[in-house]
Amino acid sequence: MPHTLSRVLLTVVLLPLLIPTLGVFRADTPTQLSPQNMPSDTAHFPRSFGLGRAATPDEIKKLDIDVRPDGKGLPTGSGISTKGKSIFEAKCTPCHGVGGVGGPNGSLVTSVPAAGKRSERTIGNYWPYATTIFDYVRRAMPFNAPGSLTNEEVYHLTAYLLHANKIIDETTVIDATSLPKVVMPAQKSFIPDDRKGGPEIK
Amino acid sequence: MKNKLIEIGQIAPKFSRRKLLGGAATAAVAIVQTAQGKNIQQAITVSDVPDDPTKVVGTLAGEVGTRSSFEKVVKKPSDISSRSPLQDFYGMITPSDLHFERHHAGVPAIAPHKHELLIHGLVEKPLVFKISDLKRFPSVSRIAFLECSGNYRTGKETLTPQEICGLTSQSEWTGVKLSTLFREVGVKPNASWFLAEGGDAAVMTRSIPIKKGWDDAIIAYAQNGEALRPEQGYPVRLFLPGWEGNTSVKWLRRLELSDAPFMTREETSKYTESVNGKVRQFSFDIDARSIITYPSYPQHIERGWVEIRGLAWSGRGKVVQVEVSTNAGKTWQLARLQEPILDKAHVQFRYLWEWKGDATEIMSRVTDETGYVQPTYQQLIAARGADGGYHFNPIASWQIKPDGSVLHKPEK
Repeated sequence: MPHTLSRVLLTVVLLPLLIPTLGVFRADTPTQLSPQNMPSDTAHFPRSFGLGRAATPDEIKKLDIDVRPDGKGLPTGSGISTKGKSIFEAKCTPCHGVGGVGGPNGSLVTSVPAAGKRSERTIGNYWPYATTIFDYVRRAMPFNAPGSLTNEEVYHLTAYLLHANKIIDETTVIDATSLPKVVMPAQKSFIPDDRKGGPEIK
Repeated sequence: MKNKLIEIGQIAPKFSRRKLLGGAATAAVAIVQTAQGKNIQQAITVSDVPDDPTKVVGTLAGEVGTRSSFEKVVKKPSDISSRSPLQDFYGMITPSDLHFERHHAGVPAIAPHKHELLIHGLVEKPLVFKISDLKRFPSVSRIAFLECSGNYRTGKETLTPQEICGLTSQSEWTGVKLSTLFREVGVKPNASWFLAEGGDAAVMTRSIPIKKGWDDAIIAYAQNGEALRPEQGYPVRLFLPGWEGNTSVKWLRRLELSDAPFMTREETSKYTESVNGKVRQFSFDIDARSIITYPSYPQHIERGWVEIRGLAWSGRGKVVQVEVSTNAGKTWQLARLQEPILDKAHVQFRYLWEWKGDATEIMSRVTDETGYVQPTYQQLIAARGADGGYHFNPIASWQIKPDGSVLHKPEK
């Protein structure tokens, strides 16, 4: 605190007094500040700018909709595949095809590719974490009514998409405890980026 | 004079613009009144141009400038993106209205006074900032490119630079350093990642290593001297210099600090690439790349001196050199680089070439300060396998035909 006070004092009181004399000493005072020898921009930052307001727990809760692979963020509720199937047929097939195969916005369910074609990337063969299904469907689907599904509906759809991809059986209940335990077939294929610049092409 | 004319316009909005501008044979530009009652300059057409512009008083001063209607320079939109016309640009800055677009559920309409940025999670003080708060913090400006990592097309001869790699653009971005906001909220020692979330209908999210937040991330509210364009994230976005565009989350509404990545859809099922049977994830850095933008398809060249022009950039630092080949890659010559050569920025290059009318192929390759040399398509396939995908930055070649026509050389 005394340090801050003295800085304020220097700036407000002393600096204006010094200014007229600065010109005289400029030529032979190499430590004088110039745009080239300014200290880092944070050197004189205050401890806090005092801007912004404290976030309330309620407003954080309302916005904090993300779900992590360890299940952090999953809400209460549960879902099963049979109920998810009927929601999927009502709201999802125009974009993702009957049974999650085909459709203008891509297959979600793995199927046998046509002769000579590579298999499409689906939840079953490409998605590394089951929790991502819940997170993404809740935040962004259906495309024409984003964010309109209840948590319960999202759990049902998640169960359906996992079952349709033969990852869980039809009777498995998906909830905050079981979903993080689902191991996705693609998870073992994922590796972090190992490019580092330099001459090697990776 | 200006006020009087506008007054006449307001009193008699249907008043002939010829009479308004003194009965000249044709008016260069007319002040017209929109349905909202604003006076704007209406673009001219060829028939509006007087035989001698020195004999007709020109347009009066206006509130906003206009692009000449003789310049038909446009982005190329698809359902999900819109590509910058690289072949039409001069210099290093992308005009803001021609900056590429990529969004996952359209461009949201956001009122700036209602928009807030929440920072929470592993912080000492979760805080909410209004746009006006963000603008009061110490600010920073930086010229840097922004490129989508899914920025490569080939497969046919009739591709323009815009179609091959028009998902890159460059602006001067202004905002507050994220490190400044990190200090304000107090980052807990166990925070290693943060989630960035947009306020669009995709509520799009990416996980970012916290080191990038401390290094050079900007919470940007301005682009090329004015507020961000809605397509670029108005009123506020994350800007991560040199990193794949998707991580620079637009319409930013929330940052959550965490001890692990969130494994969102955009960093698992998208923006990952097959590499020799594995899936490479969190491929943030944009590798060095260049492309000749002139001459390119569908332009024609004449015999004689041709200034080959193009852009080069690297997400890992500065461009060190650009080489140009005018004989299908047999030999390479150094191109001239236009100053300033900035870190993680598009650089303009030029190479003067005398074309004598022979069929040939021209191409460019960049080297960045890490020693990375832009690879050929075949080198990339050899390194990664044939699945293609994100972060494809190969040398792009143009075929020069004896009649002066220019065609892309598709990769096989």
